[in-house]
Amino acid sequence: MYDIVVIGAGIVGGMIARRLSKFDLKLCILEKENDVGMGASRANSAIVHAGFDAKEDSYKAKLNVRGSELMEEVTKELGVKYIRNESLVVAFAHERESILALYARGLKNGVRGLRILEHDELHALEPNLNEDIDCALLASTGAIVCPFELCLAAVGNAMDNGAELKCNFEVVDIQKQDDTYTITAADGRQVQTRYLINSAGLYSDKIADMTGDGGFTVHARRGEYMILDRAYSDLTSRSIFHTPTKMGKGILVTPSVHGNILLGPTSVDIDDKEDLSTTPEGIANIFDKTSDNMKDIPFNQVITSFCGLRAVGDTGDFIIREREGVVTLGGIESPGLSASPAIAEYVEELLLRAGLEASVKPNYNPFRTSPRTFGEMSAEEKNAVIARDPRYGHIVCRCEQITEGEIVAAIHQNPGARDIDGVKRRTRSGMGRCQGGFCSTVVLDILARELKLSPIDITKFGRGSRILNRKTKGDDGHDIH
Amino acid sequence: MISIDLVIVGGGSAGMSAAVAAYDAGLRSILLLERGNALGGILLQCVHNGFGLHRFKEELTGPEYAYRYETQVLERNIPFKLNTTVLDISPDRVITAINSEDGLFTIRAGAIILAMGCRERAKGALNIAGTRPAGIFSAGTAQKYINIDGYMPGNEVVILGSGDIGLIMARRMTLEGAHVKAVCELMPYSGGLARNIQQCLNDFDIPLMLSHTVVEIHGRERVTGVTIAHVDEKRRPIPETRQYIACDTLLLSCGLIPENELTCGAGIPLDRVTNGAIVDQNRQTEIPGIFACGNVLHVHDLVDYVSEEAEIAGRAAAAFVQGNAAASDREIALRTDGKIRYTVPQRITAADAVSVYFRVADVYRNVQITVRDGDRVIYEKKKAKVTPGEMETVRLSADHLRTLDGNCLEFSLVLIDAQEEEQS
Ligand SMILES: Cc1cc2nc3c(=O)[nH]c(=O)nc-3n(C[C@H](O)[C@H](O)[C@H](O)COP(=O)(O)OP(=O)(O)OC[C@H]3O[C@@H](n4cnc5c(N)ncnc54)[C@H](O)[C@@H]3O)c2cc1C
Repeated sequence: MYDIVVIGAGIVGGMIARRLSKFDLKLCILEKENDVGMGASRANSAIVHAGFDAKEDSYKAKLNVRGSELMEEVTKELGVKYIRNESLVVAFAHERESILALYARGLKNGVRGLRILEHDELHALEPNLNEDIDCALLASTGAIVCPFELCLAAVGNAMDNGAELKCNFEVVDIQKQDDTYTITAADGRQVQTRYLINSAGLYSDKIADMTGDGGFTVHARRGEYMILDRAYSDLTSRSIFHTPTKMGKGILVTPSVHGNILLGPTSVDIDDKEDLSTTPEGIANIFDKTSDNMKDIPFNQVITSFCGLRAVGDTGDFIIREREGVVTLGGIESPGLSASPAIAEYVEELLLRAGLEASVKPNYNPFRTSPRTFGEMSAEEKNAVIARDPRYGHIVCRCEQITEGEIVAAIHQNPGARDIDGVKRRTRSGMGRCQGGFCSTVVLDILARELKLSPIDITKFGRGSRILNRKTKGDDGHDIH
Repeated sequence: MISIDLVIVGGGSAGMSAAVAAYDAGLRSILLLERGNALGGILLQCVHNGFGLHRFKEELTGPEYAYRYETQVLERNIPFKLNTTVLDISPDRVITAINSEDGLFTIRAGAIILAMGCRERAKGALNIAGTRPAGIFSAGTAQKYINIDGYMPGNEVVILGSGDIGLIMARRMTLEGAHVKAVCELMPYSGGLARNIQQCLNDFDIPLMLSHTVVEIHGRERVTGVTIAHVDEKRRPIPETRQYIACDTLLLSCGLIPENELTCGAGIPLDRVTNGAIVDQNRQTEIPGIFACGNVLHVHDLVDYVSEEAEIAGRAAAAFVQGNAAASDREIALRTDGKIRYTVPQRITAADAVSVYFRVADVYRNVQITVRDGDRVIYEKKKAKVTPGEMETVRLSADHLRTLDGNCLEFSLVLIDAQEEEQS
């Protein structure tokens, strides 16, 4: 019997679990995938928005502005990279009015550090903008993070503080008796809890129907991206938006914290909540729209493309409420990542108001060391680590220079990597220009060895995503144990 | 920091040949650095035969060819370090490397030979629409799973790109009981060797679909199929020709690209066509004392030519260290006409005989390879057919080079039919 169960290990569930893990309570996170952060939190623009965009007094506005204030501290505690790179919303001359409106709304929302830039100053700052871009809104509190690193770190920190994580736990039924919720997974496993948090992203409407707090729908809105080779990172250091439309903040050009430029996202409503495909139209649209803002984007230097799904609710705002011990979080689309620390803060408040009794653990530790520190060490420090564990002297991923030691650590940390993509997200192994061409076979071997599984059982991202199929003829496969 | 006369980065066929040649030229302070756990490089996973036809007049497998050179390295007691990755090379020839035994360490090198080989072009660069499930491999990755690890990555296969590794893997997977349904090639011709098309596809009735590409990948967890389409002259897919092929595996064999991250880090200028360093006839880069050879310099079709080139670099590096490098007495730039895409070397600095290697941009029949010094033709050779998949050579003699009027040689391909038409 748990005190609190969180359904959905995205950034929202992760931040909430972390926040609540300071209490002396039994806490469990349920996730349907093989790893955490596999939903919207994996594939998004990675921007900590300043908060000028959402309608005043909405949850989106309030929690974004508060989240943006909290984010720097949270990322520091979690050992996750945070770069305050500033956001720029650019406009052609005829769009000037909307820039001014955005500025006014930002002021109402309480965003600090906003400024209008006129043509010359703007172009001096961003020489790669198209000449006919006339003015821009500069938000100096705009920042970028690595969203899946943040999600991993949040869940990992919660686990370091005692929270449990159950993956491949797809919630299909929830029953309430007296004060207890019984939650059943697709594979029959059951857990019981007093309080329940529904942070199931795209499926928060389905979970809400199970908890009896439904009545809203969430649909998927596709966002496709392309990533440029790191050699072209000098295109811009700021996140460049065009003036927003009702479908979202438009297609942007933004650096990632790892130094690649990200182009996207598109914005198309779709019916299928599992459809992560990219489309030729989407790719063409990205080429088109980014070329409106910037000149000379090296489209032939795209190293990969991907797709994320926004969980769009039917109220226009985040749905956040507590009823009978259930906290429902619906329609947490953008700026959900930015707002996530503030959402967690607010959910804690809702639970305490609902009667949750808890005291803070004396040994609660808000800090987590980044598993990726090896690359940033000095030569002496590296040598000390290699002397202790020679696996840190063995480079596995050539492009990103990731060592076997880091990969093994990623498998054994909280939450441990269980598949190839999990190793990739934790270590960046396979994210470079060869996109895993060299290292994926070695990573597969290491996973099999460390998890004591056959190479055939190792997947790309859980479920049926197996990589190998059978042994070759007359070979029993090489024995790696 | 230790000092070594010659450090060779990469222990594949180029690195080994260069080491042996430098040793035989009298150099003793040599160190070969290899990131893999054995000498041999990419040859080790090429278990098919066809290596060494020119060098040894034999059809060896990749590992056999590698073994011949490994033996020569061992016989000479040339020092090497395995499982060692070079992380950085500075313009003044300081090498930073890492391994489990020595940790992170630096070496001051009298000369350096770059022999890091090449890698396959990444699949993502291809911008194929659809999903990204398991079951998409570069041909080389599949080759490693099958030939080194002993596991099959799939049963129903479509291959995109008809580069040699893709062709070889079509045959290899067929022999392992897989069904290779098609090899799609974007271009109207294959980028692979003619003999591989015959022996790996035709002999197994595997269709080669020229001017075709994969436009969409299907499947959520594992690949369930691909949609292919015919492309027009501008290589744009023609929607009406879309065709679905059920498969569980998509192999990508879309060409190789020299691995020059370290080269760029050292500030060595690259040739935009080869993606390898710009070199002279000794395979010396624009930074004196740093040489390059093998697939890191330009992608070769046959390993025999890699060994040949590496020996040139090995001897030249030895001469550089020993201080008896021939003084350069001229500076001749080699230029190409576009039909010939590039030459290696790109420049010549002495009047010794030199073999110039190059590739052509398209399939051409009845051509004359012509080398001009200003208006004067100093060399010509007729060929019935040239293709991008095969490397060509021109051997210029010392006489050719001694009597040049200008400081530039123009390499061009003259289409004989067109020429005759013009004249008539
Ligand atoms: C294209 C795009 C761009 C964006 N850009 C930004 C941006 O730049 N800045 C910003 O602040 N925000 C951005 N967002 C929004 C942000 O990504 C989301 O708001 C945030 O990630 C939502 O987190 P979440 O935890 O609610 O959802 P998710 O990350 O989707 O997590 C939900 C989790 O619940 C699990 N789950 C679902 N059903 C069940 C079940 N039955 N049982 C168990 N587990 C279940 C899922 O597997 C998933 O792991 C963007 C979103 C998209 C898609």
